[in-house]
Amino acid sequence: MAETLSIRDTARREDAPWLTLRMREAMEAWLFISPTVAGFLIFFVGPLIAVVWYSLTEWNLLTQQATFVGLDNYGDALFRNPDFWHVVRNSVIFAVGLVPLNMALALLLALALSRRFAGVIIFRTVFFAPVVTSAVAWAIVWRFLLQGEAGFVNQILAQVGIDGPNWLREPNWAMAAVIVTRVIKMVGLNMILYIAALQAIPRDYEAAARLEGASGWQIFRWIVWPLLGPTTLVIMVITTIGSFKVFDHIYQMTGGGPENGTLVLAYYIYQQGFQFFDVGYASALAMIMFVIVMVLTIVQLALRRRDT
Amino acid sequence: MTGFLTQRRMRLLNQVCWTVALCVAAIPFVFPFFWMVSSGFKSAAEIFGSPSLVPREWQWRNFIEVFNHQPFARQYFNSLYIAVTVTVLTLVVSSLAGYALARMRFAGAALIALLLVTALMVPEEVTIIPNFFMMRWAGLVDTHWPLILLPTFGSQGIMATFLMRQYFLALPKELEDAGKMDGLSRLGVWWSIALPMSRPALAAVAIITFLNSWNLFLEPLIFVSSLEKFTLPLALSNFTDPYGMPLWHLQLAATSLAVIPILVVYLIAQRQIIESFALSGVKG
Repeated sequence: MAETLSIRDTARREDAPWLTLRMREAMEAWLFISPTVAGFLIFFVGPLIAVVWYSLTEWNLLTQQATFVGLDNYGDALFRNPDFWHVVRNSVIFAVGLVPLNMALALLLALALSRRFAGVIIFRTVFFAPVVTSAVAWAIVWRFLLQGEAGFVNQILAQVGIDGPNWLREPNWAMAAVIVTRVIKMVGLNMILYIAALQAIPRDYEAAARLEGASGWQIFRWIVWPLLGPTTLVIMVITTIGSFKVFDHIYQMTGGGPENGTLVLAYYIYQQGFQFFDVGYASALAMIMFVIVMVLTIVQLALRRRDT
Repeated sequence: MTGFLTQRRMRLLNQVCWTVALCVAAIPFVFPFFWMVSSGFKSAAEIFGSPSLVPREWQWRNFIEVFNHQPFARQYFNSLYIAVTVTVLTLVVSSLAGYALARMRFAGAALIALLLVTALMVPEEVTIIPNFFMMRWAGLVDTHWPLILLPTFGSQGIMATFLMRQYFLALPKELEDAGKMDGLSRLGVWWSIALPMSRPALAAVAIITFLNSWNLFLEPLIFVSSLEKFTLPLALSNFTDPYGMPLWHLQLAATSLAVIPILVVYLIAQRQIIESFALSGVKG
């Protein structure tokens, strides 16, 4: 006690007589954090306020004028523009298709790769490789593979007598193709999160259950799966939000087509804002996306709280 | 004895089955890379002929034409220097902020942490429109500034901040206290004690930030319009004929050039890279 007092006194006397140690520390802390806070205000808070304002205006880039129109843009989206619900439907289909497929595959791979055997590192490396690859490159190669007749996938299918569809030119097939290729690209990330969680489970649990005569499935169902709960939830949140944000993949593979069959929310915002220059409407869409992602996050976090 | 043997054989059989299943499952993960490189070496004619796994005629010329079709070397360099700049900036900014949040007491710390976490969840599409007008107002459209500033201070940088904070929190405090006793300033403690001890976290931030910048697409698409300012993801889809149809042999050759260095580094440092993603994924 005496020692801390004396340190404080020395600091006060020598460095800055008019500052207590605590104030000094706070000032230094603010200096440390000021670039982050400044960037946060300039590139996030400011734009977030601006986008609320934009969304309440009729603003066409060609006319260069913003006039206040209240909630008109939201009304356009929710009630008058049929495209909007089509786009939301696409986004939901994309998420509903991608999230379970991604998570199931990730868990399956993790179960196979969480124990040690010859070559396990090679397999992990392989399944993770698309994660570090650029989405654009990945989409380009798959677009090449999935071409109508000349595409490799269809040539292989033809070998076994299947007449493959023109994957990226038919709306439903295009959606399926976009989902599956995205899963292949991203599943490695969830796989390693699951592997980490699986390896954190004490080996004794499994050994004890085996002694009691539990089958492999029983061990998974009643021991492993419940212990994976928190990880599953985190993965679900990340993957769901990620699926609503998907843009580059779809831009490169289908351009939102065919017949807007793969036009998802993030792409729609880009299209309205930066291709059609309808800033007010695009901003309203951005706000709606903001609300959707927030609600999804809060619901999933609430679920976690209830579980634990 | 025989029982033991059969059990061992069973296990071996089991292992073989698993390995075969995994090999089959790996095809869609590996084949695209192989096909990309293989097709990058084919002539335009061969690409549309019956498929061959290996080029019938190795067309090295593709890899030269890639550089004649557009300023690909310049675009390659752009991607590289932007990614390096963003990485260095992010390391400095996020480790400073992360250190303050982990180690220093100040009014508003909890609030700042909460606000930053909230921002993490907001997709960049939400704020990209106002950011565009701000950059245009500042005269920074069609420059590389947005591609440097937005990732450094956006959700990418915030995630790095939390990763650093988490790591600093787990470090023993005693060394830093000793440093302070020896008369080091806060900045000195951060630089010569805290940072050297957090190499794994710094490496994780560096790896993820670099890759994210290298692969960034939405921001270049919106902010950059002149060819010699393109970054790789923009340049790749730009190998088209005058009618806008892709010149596949060039496009795939260029894609190979963009992907392979990353893959090679990944194969060398796969353990470190995968761990980095695990670290950030759990936190994010």
